[in-house]
Amino acid sequence: MLTLTCPCCGVTAEETEFHAGGEAHLTRFGPGSGDEEFEGYLFMRENPKGVHFERWRHVYGCGKWFHAARCTMTLEVFGTYPAQTLAPPPDLLDTIAAKRPGWSRKDLA
Amino acid sequence: MAEAVTALGGVAADDGIARITEGGLQGMITLRGDLANTSIKNAATGVAAVDMPAQGKANCVEDRGIAWMSPDEVLVLCPYEAVDANLAKMHATLGETFALAVDVSDARAVFLVEGAQAREVMAKLAPVDLSPEAFTPGMFRRTRLAQVPAAFWMRDATTFQIVCFRSHAAYVFDLLRTAAAPGSAVDFFTE
Repeated sequence: MLTLTCPCCGVTAEETEFHAGGEAHLTRFGPGSGDEEFEGYLFMRENPKGVHFERWRHVYGCGKWFHAARCTMTLEVFGTYPAQTLAPPPDLLDTIAAKRPGWSRKDLA
Repeated sequence: MAEAVTALGGVAADDGIARITEGGLQGMITLRGDLANTSIKNAATGVAAVDMPAQGKANCVEDRGIAWMSPDEVLVLCPYEAVDANLAKMHATLGETFALAVDVSDARAVFLVEGAQAREVMAKLAPVDLSPEAFTPGMFRRTRLAQVPAAFWMRDATTFQIVCFRSHAAYVFDLLRTAAAPGSAVDFFTE
């Protein structure tokens, strides 16, 4: 079971107080994009074994969305950060790099 | 005007390890906006007559108080009869400020869990660390009780006050009663 800390209200709770919102940092392709880009935006998701970035919502608490970085294999949570960003914060990436040597964000395959 | 009644007519159960009571009518006003804004702070403190609480806290005195709900929301408690007047006062204080103040008194139900085992009853239902060191009077927590959303704080060391949706009142009462069933004490917090 995951124990997440909501960066909006500071509450640390287990996952049943939250709701998962799927992969984070997707690039939206809307009107004017090609079929392939739109299909990718709608359906194509990473399914990594290891480090993964996700969106979560503190559904029974403050109700805010935020981001979380966790390991899909060990369920270790590396950290959570606010939703108002397009990429994970550098210090979190450093933390992950220290815990998972050799890992890089593009290296998901 | 029709007579206002609570969801369950003030039911109580004290055959278990903690006394469960439905609280009386409680005035509640939801105030949303930028909590750092002076008019918004004044609107809340002006009618509740308590200080603005810090994040995750609630300042409550009898049936008045302010509870911190989220980074942009507080719940203002006041006597049920005073809600209309207080709401008008808050709107006057807010003026043109971008904010929302709404009477939610009739959308909610209030419960009290009292007794030495009250902590344990709550801990059976909510995914919250309720050890005496971790959760103390003055703290406020929005969470879930089994399958429904609820918020609670401690009035004193042995009393929890719960706020939930009115439509969930019967479910929450049954839940609390089950969690407080006679002989169900685990004595986890009272060594």
